[in-house]
Amino acid sequence: MDNQLKVPCQKEKLKEVRLFVEQLLQKHEIPDIEAGEMVLAVDEVCANLMIHSHNCNPKKSIGVKINVRKDQEVVFEITDYGVGFNFCRYKEPSLEDIIKEKKKGGVGLILVKRIMDSMEFIRKANRNVYRMVKKIKIA
Amino acid sequence: MQISSDSEEGNYIITIDGDVDASSSIRLDEAIGKAVEEGQQQILIDCRNLNYISSAGLGVFMSYLEELKAKSIQMVLFGLSEKVSNVFNLLGLDQLLNIKHTKEQAKQQLNG
Repeated sequence: MDNQLKVPCQKEKLKEVRLFVEQLLQKHEIPDIEAGEMVLAVDEVCANLMIHSHNCNPKKSIGVKINVRKDQEVVFEITDYGVGFNFCRYKEPSLEDIIKEKKKGGVGLILVKRIMDSMEFIRKANRNVYRMVKKIKIA
Repeated sequence: MQISSDSEEGNYIITIDGDVDASSSIRLDEAIGKAVEEGQQQILIDCRNLNYISSAGLGVFMSYLEELKAKSIQMVLFGLSEKVSNVFNLLGLDQLLNIKHTKEQAKQQLNG
């Protein structure tokens, strides 16, 4: 199906994920800036899973599924298997702390929270679903 | 992603071309790190061909803020597309970083 993509956990594959999201949103005529934000949010979640959940193991994979409900919302479902983490419960560090500690990470999920209208973590057996919804304006 | 560092009319310029994401941000980190290590006091970042930036790239810029301040190094970014600059704005980094529209404005900021 063309609204689904499966990629191995390699950071080099993130570009492929972004291209997939971008092209699908373009097809639904979602404006560039909004689409760009959604591409970013999916990239951030996928990067997090690849790096932190799967240690960039190319034998592991993650799935991305997108459903566009016309003039209403776009639903993103990112899935993987294994130890999941509840990305909704992630506590935002303050920008000041990140800057002071000279950390190079930590802002990805802040961006996701700011971009998406809702986030949900669903765990069934060994399968994790990271579900994000973005409302779209009626044209 | 391609990254290059050059000196142009006395200005040190780092040019980014392509996507800065989790797989490529390390090279941006190395380029800025090298400039700081060399003792550059003024660094321009040419973002005219920066197509995409994720938190990994933003994190690189943020991680140098304290060091730049401590060493009185000026860093100015210029030429961000609307899409890219929106990502900086989402985090409020437009308030913390020096961002200009054009190369001329960026140079003026450094030399003026």
